[in-house]
Amino acid sequence: MQYLLLIYTPENAEAAMPPAEGRTMMADYLTFTQNIRKAGNFVAGDALQPTHTATTVRVRDGKVTTTDGPFAETKEQLGGYYLINAKNLDEAITIAAQIPGAKHGSIEVRPIMVFAPSA
Amino acid sequence: MIEARVYRADVIDAAGVAEVFRRERSRVLATMIRVVDGDFDLAEELVQDAFLAALEGWKDGLPDEPRAWLIGVARHKAIDAIRRRVRYRHRTHALAADLQASPLYQASPEELTVADDRLRLIFTCCHPALAREAQVALTLRTLCGLSTDEIARAFLVPTATMAQRLVRAKHKITAARIPYEVPTQGALAERTDAVLAVIYLVFNEGYAASRGDALVRRELCGEAIRLGELLVELTRASEAVGLLALMLLQDSRRDARVDADGELVLLEDQERARWDQVAIARGAALAELALTGGGPYALQAAIAAVHARAATAAQTDWALIAALYAALAARWPTPVVALNHAVAVAMAEGPAAGLALIDELAAELADYYLFHAARADLLRRLARDREAAAAYRGALARVGTEIERRFLERRLAEVSAS
Repeated sequence: MQYLLLIYTPENAEAAMPPAEGRTMMADYLTFTQNIRKAGNFVAGDALQPTHTATTVRVRDGKVTTTDGPFAETKEQLGGYYLINAKNLDEAITIAAQIPGAKHGSIEVRPIMVFAPSA
Repeated sequence: MIEARVYRADVIDAAGVAEVFRRERSRVLATMIRVVDGDFDLAEELVQDAFLAALEGWKDGLPDEPRAWLIGVARHKAIDAIRRRVRYRHRTHALAADLQASPLYQASPEELTVADDRLRLIFTCCHPALAREAQVALTLRTLCGLSTDEIARAFLVPTATMAQRLVRAKHKITAARIPYEVPTQGALAERTDAVLAVIYLVFNEGYAASRGDALVRRELCGEAIRLGELLVELTRASEAVGLLALMLLQDSRRDARVDADGELVLLEDQERARWDQVAIARGAALAELALTGGGPYALQAAIAAVHARAATAAQTDWALIAALYAALAARWPTPVVALNHAVAVAMAEGPAAGLALIDELAAELADYYLFHAARADLLRRLARDREAAAAYRGALARVGTEIERRFLERRLAEVSAS
């Protein structure tokens, strides 16, 4: 079963991080990614550009409107994700807890919905 | 989604069936949830159908192994039900085939009755990925067999709200694949704590009744004690023993804590002859057993046991109680524990010593009515009536239940009159 692990972290605090700390975090992410690849849990994963690069798009009455910034202003911002395979929620939680960002941010664990082929 | 039918022993009235229903329902249900791979709704339906079939099938007497009989019937119905169900259309045929091929289905009903699946069921219902209120509702629904309506009434929420809470919780278990397993050793202690918290919450909801008029809701207390017994039986965890001891000791005073007019009677004023000595003996023995673990429930049970063993209120060993609260506060430094410690010190060493400790908690407990009530009581004992009256008013402004409100009003009238 697949789960999407959404990594929410305080973007400003991370931007202000001393370079040495930033390098350590990058190394931790690399190690984590290697580990879940080796264990066969990894499906996909990426880091995102900061929220000031975000554009929010809506279509109302056929008209496309775009606004600058993320969908919602929050204390912690979506900064990256992993898509993983796990046998159940407990395994997904165990993996989520190993994401470096979990130490200072939050990881939202969402099961992927499976649509049945229409009969 | 269709609200699952209500299980009621009284609608299954054939000889013996009702009794087997009471004894076996949760255990058969727990096994069937495992057989149908975590689908709570389907399992509930199957168990209900199996008991209905028993009404007919057991007319000439009980089978030798009622549990195996019920599981056998429920299992046969599982395949039919999965084929029949339209609301899970997308997984019907594959699931029916999977189920038929699974080793679990292939096992004989006798083999299936060997493992007690209720432990899996408790841990799944109390999984930390579910909200605490959903954990409580699901536990009462599946393990205790309370109807949605009964649970809603116990927690003073509309039945529709409770039904939705249950539907959502069951959906999350399936959709997020919360495992139907006893946690592994590494997570066991923490997960057991969550289960104990749910059981104690159920007990307190029945015992203390923080809202509403009914001070004693026997049924919830009884269910909590039964769950505690089950957890002790299945895990032997010392904190489970401690919690069971604590509940038995508190429950032993149930008849004495309300008078004939339904008014609250304080521990010191209770008629001790009305305490349930059988429950006390059992609770005290379990408390002693649990104390080697030194956990919070064990310490609270030990405190309750000291109260229970005192022949009169005056003979209570308050110094021992203060020491036990100090041990509790050392490991779990919460303001409420500190408040109880202060009250015990007041009893052991005099109201002035207790008042000094209580006043240190003013900032943290300003909104807690028992802080004001305890403070008022000590001021009353020190004959500082005007300050006592002010503190009773502070407590009255924050109190939850009618019975407690009337008690505080009586005390306020006393200190105001003198």
